[in-house]
Amino acid sequence: MNYFWAFCVGGAICVAGQLLIDLTSLTPARILTGYVVAGVVLSAVGWYAPLAEFAGCGATVPLLGFGHLLAKGVRTALQEEGAVGILTGGLTAAAAGITTSLVCGVICSLVGKSHDQN
Amino acid sequence: MKLSAQEYARRVRRIGPHSPLGMDCLWAFGVGGCICLLGEVLRQRYLALGLEADLAGTLTSCSLIALSAVLTTLGWYQKLAAKAGAGSLVPITGFANAVVSAAIEFKSEGRVLGTGAKMFTIAGPVIVYGTLAAVVYGVVLWAAGALGVALPS
Repeated sequence: MNYFWAFCVGGAICVAGQLLIDLTSLTPARILTGYVVAGVVLSAVGWYAPLAEFAGCGATVPLLGFGHLLAKGVRTALQEEGAVGILTGGLTAAAAGITTSLVCGVICSLVGKSHDQN
Repeated sequence: MKLSAQEYARRVRRIGPHSPLGMDCLWAFGVGGCICLLGEVLRQRYLALGLEADLAGTLTSCSLIALSAVLTTLGWYQKLAAKAGAGSLVPITGFANAVVSAAIEFKSEGRVLGTGAKMFTIAGPVIVYGTLAAVVYGVVLWAAGALGVALPS
């Protein structure tokens, strides 16, 4: 059942993105940015944690989950470290994903050749 | 002949290549769902190894990012993205693809201002506004705590 809901919820979040692409003139960069900010907001109002509990990676793998991770990081750091957690919590929680992306980017640029984007 | 903007847009839609909404959404659902499903499979594996939930989630993201980086380097992720649209854009693998493809694409402009700078063309705004929103949320939480107001956690 875990797997079923991960598939459905993740798919549904992607369909929402597809509707934004097809029906509005938003660029992919704006959509991704919007998704992360929306994830922070949904997490802040307390809706995203139950969804992540329910759908697992269906909720955490889309970029909404990245926003949720940032918000959760700030919330936890604020409780544990006080006000400085506002500044440290978000990027600390997201550090592994960002660092992996950057390291992979540099390594792949050493070995990879430019491809036609289509 | 003079055309209003609406009339022009209508004609472009009629004559231009069709991008059937239903088909696009089906692809986005299928591919996006599969990427999330793959993530869930990995996460359950990590949990079965006895890792804590947070660590398992982190490793899942890192695994998907590394996988996306390999597929991007081979040029396969771009092929998938042409069909899948948001299905390959919205998951964390799409974020990794944006970073890695820019890193490869712009290496001809140099290691520093090519690869180093252009990697952040899409990742930069995502990190900047995500962090900004999280800080605003942190300030609100902190102020609410100071004033003794209860907020949802």
